[in-house]
Amino acid sequence: MKLYLGIDLGSTTSKAIIVDEKGTIIGRGITNTRANYETAAEIARMEAEYNSRFSLLLHSINKVGGSSDELHSIINQVEVAFQYLQFHKRYQILHDNMRTTVEEKQRRQIKHILNDELDKVFKKIETDIRSEFLAGTVSTSTQFFRDIFSAHYMHEIESLEQSLFDDLVSIYEVSILSVENQVVSFDFSELVMNAVDLVVDNKNGKLDKFKSGVDAVASLDLAPADYIGTGYGRQLLPFEEKHIKSEILCHAFGAHNFFPKTRTVLDIGGQDTKAIQVDGHGLVTSFQMNDRCAAGCGRYLGYIADELSLSVSELGPMALECDYETNICSTCTVFAGAELRENLNLGEKRENILAGLHKAIVMRAFSLLARSGGVRNEFTFTGGVARNPAVVKYVSQMVKENYGDLTINIHPDSIFMGALGAALLSKNRRD
Amino acid sequence: MNTTFKSMPNQASLQVQKENSMVKQKQMLSQHFMELSQVKETGKKVVYTFVPGNLIELILSFDMLPVYPEINALQSGMRKKSRDYIRSAEDAGYSEDVCAYVKCDIGMMLSGNIGPTGQQLPSPDLLLLSYTGCFVFMKWFENLQRLYNGVPIAMLHIPYQVNGGIESNMVEYVKNQLKTEVIPKLEQVSGKKFDATRLRQMMNLSSNAEDLMVKVFESAKHTPSPIDAYFGGVYYVGPIFTAFRGTDGCVDYYQELLSEVEERIDAGQGPISPEGAIDEKYRLVVEGPPNWTHFREFWKIFYDLGAVFVASSYTRVGGVYDEGFRHSAQDPLGSLAKYCMGCYTNLSLPMRIDMLARLLKEYKADGLLINSIKSCNSFSAGQLVIMRELENRLGIPVGFIESDLVDPRYYSYSNIKNRLDSFFQMLDQRKMFAVT
Repeated sequence: MKLYLGIDLGSTTSKAIIVDEKGTIIGRGITNTRANYETAAEIARMEAEYNSRFSLLLHSINKVGGSSDELHSIINQVEVAFQYLQFHKRYQILHDNMRTTVEEKQRRQIKHILNDELDKVFKKIETDIRSEFLAGTVSTSTQFFRDIFSAHYMHEIESLEQSLFDDLVSIYEVSILSVENQVVSFDFSELVMNAVDLVVDNKNGKLDKFKSGVDAVASLDLAPADYIGTGYGRQLLPFEEKHIKSEILCHAFGAHNFFPKTRTVLDIGGQDTKAIQVDGHGLVTSFQMNDRCAAGCGRYLGYIADELSLSVSELGPMALECDYETNICSTCTVFAGAELRENLNLGEKRENILAGLHKAIVMRAFSLLARSGGVRNEFTFTGGVARNPAVVKYVSQMVKENYGDLTINIHPDSIFMGALGAALLSKNRRD
Repeated sequence: MNTTFKSMPNQASLQVQKENSMVKQKQMLSQHFMELSQVKETGKKVVYTFVPGNLIELILSFDMLPVYPEINALQSGMRKKSRDYIRSAEDAGYSEDVCAYVKCDIGMMLSGNIGPTGQQLPSPDLLLLSYTGCFVFMKWFENLQRLYNGVPIAMLHIPYQVNGGIESNMVEYVKNQLKTEVIPKLEQVSGKKFDATRLRQMMNLSSNAEDLMVKVFESAKHTPSPIDAYFGGVYYVGPIFTAFRGTDGCVDYYQELLSEVEERIDAGQGPISPEGAIDEKYRLVVEGPPNWTHFREFWKIFYDLGAVFVASSYTRVGGVYDEGFRHSAQDPLGSLAKYCMGCYTNLSLPMRIDMLARLLKEYKADGLLINSIKSCNSFSAGQLVIMRELENRLGIPVGFIESDLVDPRYYSYSNIKNRLDSFFQMLDQRKMFAVT
């Protein structure tokens, strides 16, 4: 079996996709680490590799005729438990880091108070998160360790008195970075069997076949036959020139793979927006990207989320609750933040302001689209921001208003489009 | 975002290769600046004027010396002085949005008017505005008039080729202004009578040099092209577009240049970059001026990849010659009028599109690059329309980058490199697809 790896190093997240000879996706990995791009690529690749082993496991069990709904459901549960164990490992590292931070940075008289508080909080979070994972209510495809952990952590410490709260927040902020930036490797079969123990009772040996499948999959060599790196940080990868491709081509090719009738691709990423025109073969005919200002990109939403103390994933759904869109004049992210506060002070509903901000982003993206040659049928929207329902709403609205009733494609894997295009280009390579 | 790239050139380590024609041009320029520095002794009068559609033969026929403020600005850009000059112009109240050539020039004057050779430039005795297609030129000279209190201005109003050509009434209109406005001012400032015979002789020399220059640029139709018509081209147009058209030296220069080019054709050799001969892999046409503050670094992105510019609109900014125009001894004033109206930015948008389409076809180019310049509306306005139209008409890939003439704040290596990477990979995809 030949595998191909695509890595997309974005400004906010790094993504990896592994495809087989047929171009079918068998593994996805994503990380938000802000470490150097080499580490980010390695973390994303490892995630994709673990994910691939699970797909191959499922596949091999299907093949030997062991397929049953029960087994499928077990494998899915095991994968979730596996993710939990990965989470748990980082959780332990974080706890150790925070203890070290307390030791190094805090006054002696309050060290034990902080450590006691941390032990208490960590214990509570461990129980809560474990049950959330096993109940399947945590989505690791849309959230990172930081998101999951910090939501719980803030919740646990918010009722503490101010100075203790401040100390705990700063200890967390100092300690989290190195956790995110660390490559944590696991023994796949050991971790899987631990995961199995968490979710199923194997006393009567009904999982023996499963166990041998795990061992077989764990020993598979998943080294890619070829690979391509793309994205914002591609030039910083320790890859040879031929393993590096522009993200414009990769996004276009990824979009073409899912929707071959695509003629216009809009990709809104963390800090760049790309408007790409493609032909029937998935080849780029023209493109425009922002490079003076990132006000129409994902980071803008990140900034607004920070201003409102919300997580980015809450913004879109909240904006959908608007009565109307507040008019936002500023084209600059920082000024838009000021405008946001001003409107709040004037008593404007948060939902309406958010709707206005979302609309403002989309308007910027549309001016880029106009520069690149407009929107042609079919239109595919990709990038991390395509997960935001309010952005999707305004994109659909503006396509209709400006270009008529076109087919609009948004794939659940839209954030992986660049990585997928890279993997497919490496598979199709002729040079 | 400040990103360091492995391929970032180290300016100091580059071995510069110089051709004879380059040495000759340098001598011509230093002689010119020497003369400018000696006007107090020689009593020669100095005319500040602009490159597009300039009247250099007329100026020289009165024994006056030209100074081109936009050439000084681009030289300051290349010598990394423009940032400080622009800053001092902004300190003096010029907005960030004002053309960087203007600010660089004004800043240079405010800082003592030291020219590219380190010698002080003389103040103008006359400001000769012979191209009004660029509105900024008019404002620029209004400001210079304030700076050089009371210096006379001669202004030639140039009609735009709005209907797609030069009409006879337009020629009469400009000729009439030459007779009633420009020549009398030149006579008055120089204290000499207009010498029609001398002008006719100069017109002949101009025309000879122009024939040679067209041959040089048309050599790029060869594969591989012996010249880079953009990064090399900006040097090749130097003598004709500035102080030397209508002189023997100018004809000699183009003769020398043409023989070098012909040698390269015979040897099957590509153009010479600062790091040696370029092995041609891509043939491109380019629209828009280059960036001057990072000229070498910008060029290196292309020659490292074997990308050669076979034609450019910028080398037609002084005047368009390859469609048949020549200065004429039979009709000196009429041909000067046509020259003023015929420079590239004075062509209507459809004419510019037709010209670029012709260049792309005749020079067998793989694609078009557009360098959209923040400072220059004359060039940049309409470039998206040009791009769209050429994509549709010819189905060729077009790359679009943004920078500035001499304001280094608007040149971002990583953004430009990022877009160009995509552009070149787009070209590769097309080529590979065409093969299979």
